[in-house]
Amino acid sequence: MNCVRFILDGEFVEIENPDPTRTVLQYLREDLHRIGSKEGCAEGDCGACTVVIGTLVDDLIQFRSVNACIQFLPTLDGKLLFTVESLKTDQGQLHPVQQSLVDYHASQCGFCTPGFVMSMFALYKTNPNIDRLSIDDALSGNLCRCTGYRPIIDACMKMTDYPIQDDSNPLIYESASNRSSNMSDQEQQAIDQLRQLKRSDGLTLNIGQRHYHAPNSVNELAQIYADSPSAHILAGGTDVGLWVTKQLRQLDDIIYLGNIDELNRIEQTDSFIKIGAAVSLTEAFDALSKHYPELNQLFRRFASVPVRNAGTLVGNVANGSPIGDSMPALICMGVRVALRQGQQCREMDLQDFYIDYQKNELQPGEFIESVLVPVKDKTWQLRSYKLSKRYDQDISAVCAAFSVQLEEGDEHSKVVDIRIAFGGMAAIPKRAAQTEALLKGQPWNEGSIHQAMAALSQDFTPLADMRASQNYRQQAAANVLYRFYLETRQNNALTNEQLDVFVERAALQ
Amino acid sequence: MKQPTQQQGSKLDKIQLRENAPGKADPHESAHLHVAGEAAYVDDLAEQVGTKHIALGLSQCAHARIKLLDLSAVKAAKGVVAVLIASDIPGINDCGPIIKDDPILADGLVQYIGQPIFAVVATSFVAARQAVRHAVIEYDELPAVLDIASAKRQQSWVIPPMQLQRGNSAQAMASAINRMKGDFSVGGQEQFYLEGQISYAAPAEDDCIRLWCSTQHPTEMQQVVAHALGINFNQVVVEMRRMGGGFGGKESQSAIFACIASVAAKKLNCAVKLRLDRDDDMMITGKRHGFSFDYEVGYSDEGLIQSVDIEMIAQAGFSADLTGPVVTRAVCHLDNAYYLNDVKIVALSAKTNTQSNTAFRGFGGPQGAIAIEVIIDNIARKLGKDPLDVRKLNFYGKTEQNTTPYGQTVNDNVIHELVEQLEQSSDYQKRRQAIDDFNQHSPVLRKGISLTPVKFGISFNVVHLNQAGALVHVYTDGTILVNHGGTEMGQGLHTKVSQVVARELGVSLSTVRATANDTSKVANTSATAASTGTDLNGKAAQNAARKIRDRLSVVAAEQLGGEPDDVLFENDQVFSNNKHMTFVALVLMAYQASVQLWSDGFYKTPDLHWNQKTMQGRPFYYFAYGAAVSEVIVDTLTGEWKLLRADILHDAGNSINLGIDIGQVEGAFIQGMGWLTTEELCWDAKGRLTTHAPSTYKIPTITDCPDAFYTELFDNQNVEDTIMRSKAVGEPPLLLPFSVFFAIRSAIASVANDRFNPPLRAPATPEAILDAIQAVREGREVL
Repeated sequence: MNCVRFILDGEFVEIENPDPTRTVLQYLREDLHRIGSKEGCAEGDCGACTVVIGTLVDDLIQFRSVNACIQFLPTLDGKLLFTVESLKTDQGQLHPVQQSLVDYHASQCGFCTPGFVMSMFALYKTNPNIDRLSIDDALSGNLCRCTGYRPIIDACMKMTDYPIQDDSNPLIYESASNRSSNMSDQEQQAIDQLRQLKRSDGLTLNIGQRHYHAPNSVNELAQIYADSPSAHILAGGTDVGLWVTKQLRQLDDIIYLGNIDELNRIEQTDSFIKIGAAVSLTEAFDALSKHYPELNQLFRRFASVPVRNAGTLVGNVANGSPIGDSMPALICMGVRVALRQGQQCREMDLQDFYIDYQKNELQPGEFIESVLVPVKDKTWQLRSYKLSKRYDQDISAVCAAFSVQLEEGDEHSKVVDIRIAFGGMAAIPKRAAQTEALLKGQPWNEGSIHQAMAALSQDFTPLADMRASQNYRQQAAANVLYRFYLETRQNNALTNEQLDVFVERAALQ
Repeated sequence: MKQPTQQQGSKLDKIQLRENAPGKADPHESAHLHVAGEAAYVDDLAEQVGTKHIALGLSQCAHARIKLLDLSAVKAAKGVVAVLIASDIPGINDCGPIIKDDPILADGLVQYIGQPIFAVVATSFVAARQAVRHAVIEYDELPAVLDIASAKRQQSWVIPPMQLQRGNSAQAMASAINRMKGDFSVGGQEQFYLEGQISYAAPAEDDCIRLWCSTQHPTEMQQVVAHALGINFNQVVVEMRRMGGGFGGKESQSAIFACIASVAAKKLNCAVKLRLDRDDDMMITGKRHGFSFDYEVGYSDEGLIQSVDIEMIAQAGFSADLTGPVVTRAVCHLDNAYYLNDVKIVALSAKTNTQSNTAFRGFGGPQGAIAIEVIIDNIARKLGKDPLDVRKLNFYGKTEQNTTPYGQTVNDNVIHELVEQLEQSSDYQKRRQAIDDFNQHSPVLRKGISLTPVKFGISFNVVHLNQAGALVHVYTDGTILVNHGGTEMGQGLHTKVSQVVARELGVSLSTVRATANDTSKVANTSATAASTGTDLNGKAAQNAARKIRDRLSVVAAEQLGGEPDDVLFENDQVFSNNKHMTFVALVLMAYQASVQLWSDGFYKTPDLHWNQKTMQGRPFYYFAYGAAVSEVIVDTLTGEWKLLRADILHDAGNSINLGIDIGQVEGAFIQGMGWLTTEELCWDAKGRLTTHAPSTYKIPTITDCPDAFYTELFDNQNVEDTIMRSKAVGEPPLLLPFSVFFAIRSAIASVANDRFNPPLRAPATPEAILDAIQAVREGREVL
């Protein structure tokens, strides 16, 4: 059964023998001539291709925006797909998210508009309290070169005020803020359809010499990967997608994690929060934010909503990019990774996982099953600072994380223990071992902090590239260490308001 | 201070509509299609059977002779139908808009990394892109010139130097009370139209070509394609319904793709599409010119400029393209809103082995004007004055001190009252004081505020380009079709032109439809550029509609009585002799009386003259004005910053469409802010552009739009007889975000109590900001 099945506009769609790495966007535009979704970059950075995916979570439909340009077609299996063409009523009336954009002069050239419409549609369906911050969040992955965004923001503020007609389809027209307590027939029908598509076995596509496996269980996954260790593991595809669209690589053997319920779970015990390998960044950050609200700005600045909806936290960790934004904080938090190879399981500290540029401890056929985030130890103070040219959806020049355990002193507190980790400063996300050693046991004061700032240059010799020079990376890394000190010193500690230019964003929250 | 964003949109409702224009607050004519995904761009058109796709093979060397070009493996790759090289071009291998130094495909010599060498035609887009990788190319490397400084050392120019001089700057400098020397540089900018470059060519009978091309200049595409194919202009038809953004990047630089697609279509006798991947687009095409400046200024103790001597160098890239007119506009905008009595401007166009820089919204104007703003900012800080006071002191006068260095009288100056109004409405003085207080007590963060003015000249600097044509068809059901020489790239041109036609014929806007620009309808059109789209095409369409109205008036007077001159067209009715009939009824009656119900229209801008040699004349029909106040907060530890509030007052004359005009102003503001802050173009040591996709090149995103953003249109009417007394609005507001740059500069200067002028380069990335902070801390300054 080389067949992928999903639901589009209420109808079942079956695609036989699909090219496993054909993107959803190529499928829509070239096969269906559904040309509303646009290609602006083919790397998940502009949002012109945004579509919305519906999945069944806790017996309700969850709506999530994703970038169709880097989403492989077989990952649609078992899901609902909404595109910009899905929104008008049968009578041809525009959806409130569309009509509000028209009314507020929010489209100029119009090329980005379908993508904005779909990001707004996801916001409309999921957020009952839309404000400026949630708008910025939802649209952080959509580039508009014409409007300057102001009219789009206005449209978002007003879109849930638009009246909707009684006979319109609640699955599409009912906003989160106007949600009725009774499940509509249409939503129930969509849920039934999704249940019908649920596979009892995994999905396997064998197209000539090319294979796509989407197993249903971790055991099955472990077996398949042990048998074909050269296969590529696919989770969110926010990186793997670019191997295909930008590097033009042909991937002949893919194992997709998204259909494994066990890996889609977040479990909490007394000592840690366990985040499975298929858990999206969105869900992972939602869970972590409850324990570590001090990381909210980092979470928000991590890529964009469509990328966080598709990409996974474990994917970011496994990828091990030197500029990945989650690792410095995770390392400072003392996160452990749970690895699995066949029936063998092992755990290790995340900081020991990385060996060198794009090299890690994974053995052939071994994969990260989950990350284990310790619950918060209130004796530690944690911060992570991301530095980049742009606030939204940029790649860090430097991403820093600090965690310190202080003991109160007469004049200054004393450093009991400290962890300092950086992204963007070395070939891997890395701790500042020498600087940490220098600070341990020392008073937490101007004298030690300036010594530590100078010592950072012994720990790191960063590269220069288009994101920043070596000098900036070194200087800014030292300066954010100083900022951390200013925030945590015993006397006259500075507040966020005194230190963060984006604090008004937090105030809006 | 902060108000919810949604209240700002309602400004539209408050503005009194002075002159009746149907749909003065109506949305863009295609808005309902944009939001539904139904607006068709070139890549969305149904493809002809057997359509082939192209990918381009690009130079990997900045300057070299091609020693070996082995494309056998490319030809053998899966899906490949043909591979084209320079010798496959039957006509002229050049697509330069002015000077013929732009090869379509490199012929033996490559001049930048990214220059197209060959074209693969394949059965699919992906197959073509994959095949490109099989090429074997060997280069004999030549020395490469990669930046302005090396170009100057080697005297490497694409066009001869320009010079504009008035008075005696040397003498005035010598007698000036204060003198200051300095330098400044501003980077280029990628257009980043969301729709990449695309051309779709189909062969037609008798050696003709039909071309759908995302371009601001269909006529030029028609011409270069004809030259490349060695056929006549009347054998090429170019159609352009809408672009997904242009911003100047599709004025001349759509040509190379139009030519290659057409050559392939002709050779293979099938339809061929050339759509660029984003990275290829950014690697191949030119951007806004980066500039560097060296200046000396003489000034009084009050801050009055007594003499300016400046050398500006634009980075042209490997060919001339539009650099000549761009640099001319830069020279003509050095003055911005200021009277410069004794001034000498030398302007050079550096030839470098990089992408050939081209038009981008503002077209050199922003680069020229920012130089004088830097100079004024420096003078003010030197004198311990508020830069706003020094700005005001140097403004053009209304009746005296009102001649530009290029000899044009400024007879529509409203900068004094406009700035006065904005200073009040933005609460500038109070906020400036509050910021000073904040900075006194803030250990890490610093705020800055700045008010900067704009004066921008409207018209093509080349006089004969200021012409346009239109066709208006009235059909017998009373509906109207208008076609004109302008192209729609999102700026709302078709909406405004339709409004003009609706107003002339007294019908509702929904009666009028604008159609795709088509070289077989209106001939010999100018590029939709220089902000002139509505000025030119609106007038031409008005002319056409008026001819029809005149004919209809005769019929109406015959039918209703009265004189033709007194017939009134309003509200879909026609009035004469105290009687009236519907427009539709009149149209049908006229048709039955064999009256011509369609007409051409033509317009040329009057009274322009320009001598490029002496750089004197009246290059501009009028000036558009504006000003903005920006307030920022800067992190002195990291250089990160945020725009907290922006207040804009802009002069669009008597606005034809408020929503569209405010959209242009706000959009240009954020786009210009990107140019001066987040958008940094980087090339590596070999000359390879390393910022060639949105992952590395950062245009503003939604959070960059300030929480407090207040935009108003200045209450004004054009003193010249422009279409409905409106003013062009495309480019001028791009200069408004100078205020953001100077607010950042002011925040940085506060670190050393305003004693030093921060050597802040543009774009002001966090790194540039931190460098400047470091410099003022150490007492190093720009001077």
